[in-house]
Amino acid sequence: MATQRVIVVGGGLAGLSASVRIAEAGMQVDLFSMVPVKRSHSVCAQGGINACNEVARQQGYSEYEHFDETIYGGDFLADQHPVLEMANWAPKIIDLLDRMGVPFNRTSEGYRDLRLFGGSLFKRTHFAGATTGQQLLYALDEQTRRYEAEGKVNKYEFWEFLWPVISDGRCVGIVAQDMRTMQIRAFRADAVVMATGGCGLVYGKSTNSVVCTGAAAARCYQAGAWYGNPEMIQVHPTAIPGADKLRLMSESARGEGGRVWVPALKREDGKWGPNPRSGQDPKTIPTSERYYFLEEKYPAYGNIVPRDIATREIFDICVNQGMGVANENQVYLDLTERDPEYLAKKLGGILDIYEKFVGDDPKFTPMRIFPAVHYSMGGLWTQFSKGSYMPAEPRTKHKSGSRSPLNAEIGQGMEYGSPINSMTNIKGLYAFGEVNFAYHGANRLGANALLSCLFDGLCCGVSVVNYIRNDEQASKQPAEMLTSSAYEAVVEQEQAKVKALTQTVGQGEASPATNPYVIHKELGVEMTAACTVVKSASRLEQCRNKIAELRDRYSRIRLGDAAAWTNQTLSYTRAVGDMLLVSEAICFGSIERKESRGAHYRTDYPDRNDAQFMKTTVAKFSKPAKTTEIDLLPIDASLIQPTARTYGKKDDQGGAGGAVKKVASPEWL
Amino acid sequence: MISTYASDSANAAASAQRMANRKIAKQGRTIRVKIKRCDGPGKASRWETFNVSVSERGMNIISVLQQIAANPTTVEGKPTTPVVWDSGCLEEVCGSCTMVINGKVRQSCSCLVDDYAPAEGDEMSLEPMSKFPIVRDLWVDRERLFHNLKRVKAWVPIDGTYSLGAGPRETSAKQETRYDLSQCMSCGCCLEACPQFNIEPDKSQWDTSFIGAHAISQARLFNEHETGKQLKAERLEVLMGPGGVNDCGNAQNCVKVCPKHIPLTESIAAVGRAVTIQSVVNFFRG
Repeated sequence: MATQRVIVVGGGLAGLSASVRIAEAGMQVDLFSMVPVKRSHSVCAQGGINACNEVARQQGYSEYEHFDETIYGGDFLADQHPVLEMANWAPKIIDLLDRMGVPFNRTSEGYRDLRLFGGSLFKRTHFAGATTGQQLLYALDEQTRRYEAEGKVNKYEFWEFLWPVISDGRCVGIVAQDMRTMQIRAFRADAVVMATGGCGLVYGKSTNSVVCTGAAAARCYQAGAWYGNPEMIQVHPTAIPGADKLRLMSESARGEGGRVWVPALKREDGKWGPNPRSGQDPKTIPTSERYYFLEEKYPAYGNIVPRDIATREIFDICVNQGMGVANENQVYLDLTERDPEYLAKKLGGILDIYEKFVGDDPKFTPMRIFPAVHYSMGGLWTQFSKGSYMPAEPRTKHKSGSRSPLNAEIGQGMEYGSPINSMTNIKGLYAFGEVNFAYHGANRLGANALLSCLFDGLCCGVSVVNYIRNDEQASKQPAEMLTSSAYEAVVEQEQAKVKALTQTVGQGEASPATNPYVIHKELGVEMTAACTVVKSASRLEQCRNKIAELRDRYSRIRLGDAAAWTNQTLSYTRAVGDMLLVSEAICFGSIERKESRGAHYRTDYPDRNDAQFMKTTVAKFSKPAKTTEIDLLPIDASLIQPTARTYGKKDDQGGAGGAVKKVASPEWL
Repeated sequence: MISTYASDSANAAASAQRMANRKIAKQGRTIRVKIKRCDGPGKASRWETFNVSVSERGMNIISVLQQIAANPTTVEGKPTTPVVWDSGCLEEVCGSCTMVINGKVRQSCSCLVDDYAPAEGDEMSLEPMSKFPIVRDLWVDRERLFHNLKRVKAWVPIDGTYSLGAGPRETSAKQETRYDLSQCMSCGCCLEACPQFNIEPDKSQWDTSFIGAHAISQARLFNEHETGKQLKAERLEVLMGPGGVNDCGNAQNCVKVCPKHIPLTESIAAVGRAVTIQSVVNFFRG
């Protein structure tokens, strides 16, 4: 009998939890990653992971409220059943991580400690210092190594995914390239899980790792997979500007009492205006001249409003109101009121990062921060089977702290084990983690990303196994027995691409117009200006034209390295081509969504429009035209009725809001 | 070699010098970056030097290499290929970008050029780590480092991923000890600096060659965990054998170069004691 096997592409939290779960079910796993899996981008997650817990529960919190917060935080764009299931799984996932040995911070009695995070009034975020992602990834890396030692998981590290192999309507393997030897070859599998993360690098500088190009998703997209809500890109409010990347300053800094302010002067009309002393040593600015704008505008949530809102407020203060520190694009994030010893214990890792790169110790000097592209809510479009909870009518918004209408049993949100859970529109091709568009709607709440990665791996990993065991085609025609023609065709296609690229080495004059690094840089600047905090039809049109120009220049690209061994330039240049297509999907999606919702804010359509746009944007790659087409698909909103997303805003200052009213110049970086 | 990993007081002085350099560094200067290059395994190495313009504050070695990649021309005006190097998070949590900078091993992302080359024409040098086989240029193959984590069974042997309730309760003090050890990002700095850890291209020798401070410290991490300690005897058995903790020569370089300030020498001492106790137990058990 043929061995049934699964390919997992990507070794971050989603890919590793999927590998462990699938291997445990007795199926062979081949795990592909461009980096040793322990170095995946999940290491960068800092703040924590959300789950209902006993302390919060006894104060009135519930899994249901976690679900409600996530839907509200995502501005009612996510399909609701999968989010309910994720919230219900969350406490069990924390327990599992605990058993794996994650060093979660502890209380004096030895229980897991909790912290406050954006979008919630309850402490429901579990954490390991300020490097929670690293600690979670290591726990899964260790479990994967254990299965590797037992021969149940084969790792292919430093292998780059190039293309899915699709035969007879289903995905039956991949073609990949060894990044050292440059060998291109096909690998057979009965199902393929993409767990390849986000696409921050299309913005040039972001908080993402260097591998987060979105290229793997773009390759599936070109092969026919749909891409959901590409326009939903999260800009994190607090990052440290840098020459090569923008380093994240975790939301936990605000959760642990960090206050955001700018030097300002209260005018006679009671509003705040610029302060000529801005830029001086912040410790010399008296309290009466500090404008704590988030606290004033959002008395209930204060500094822990969700990310899209904090980002727009910071942007408004700097760009529209001219009150940025030293009149630059930066505001203070101030932890100096907290006890230095407490800070070292709770936030040590991220405070070290700031000190290393900037030189000041944030325990004693307020940090200077500014927003940065951070996370992609959008990603490959996936399906799900609804679970057993089917209210006759969607309920009204859950009142915080009130009794939950349901228990948290598994299977109410999604049907557990259904083969289509997190499967793309291509049979046998799955998308887990950040590359999956589900769960976060139009804005992700802090500390929900690690959860969605693990939930996909642990819950939907079972779906992959069931698909292979029970599907008519997959169970009866194992990939191992298929003829080799489909595989050979894709290998040839990829070899031809490599040949076309390497042939350009030394051809004609070197010019910035056809230099891959220059094209990527220009793309990043354009995308940051047009497709981040504020968008408008005219600016997006300009962006569309710029992408077309860059695609044209890319068709004449010239490589700087012909090496047949470890040619990073080749891999990078190939990814730049894919990033142009991801950018196109982001830009076109932004153009078509003529409303403002969550992270997507249009100055020309400042309000949310549920009648027309409470729908998923689906980008489809048109093969003949080699371009993006946009559709809108209805969403599952059968559990909670949409309400206005205000977070209790009070606005005496005018100007910015959950929606910024003034038209800002988008040329902000 | 030993002198590179100097005493604590000399390290403190060097650190103070770097902060002083950062203050006087002038943006807009050009510095020279000398890079040891190699086209692949078995090929000869060569040095190439590049002019790099330092245009903004906070430029690190990653931005230097990115600038060279966009226009790879040496100081002699000779066109060359972009330099190959390994990198990931660029914020010193992934462990990818280790290299030898000005003769000392460290992460290149957190290495700011202002700290090392504050004046016009100042020179810096970049070399690959010497204790691992070269893949190309600054990229080395660290597979052995991960292999050694398998040797010491660096994991908690859980009963599977099914829902079985919480893990063991733990005191805050214990969590802090484990968290410090658990920040090891497998970067390899401790191995590059260790006089007992040597390059070993022959994989069949890996299981008997010195395992290195990182793996010893990871063994301690899992021995400290309530469930993890189920495998304590097996871990100590490995560390008792050839290439185990007794091969440590006590140079104490590892702890000086660890970018995460992991108490590696404490771990080596703790595991050394545990190994001694284990051998006594083994002796009486026969």
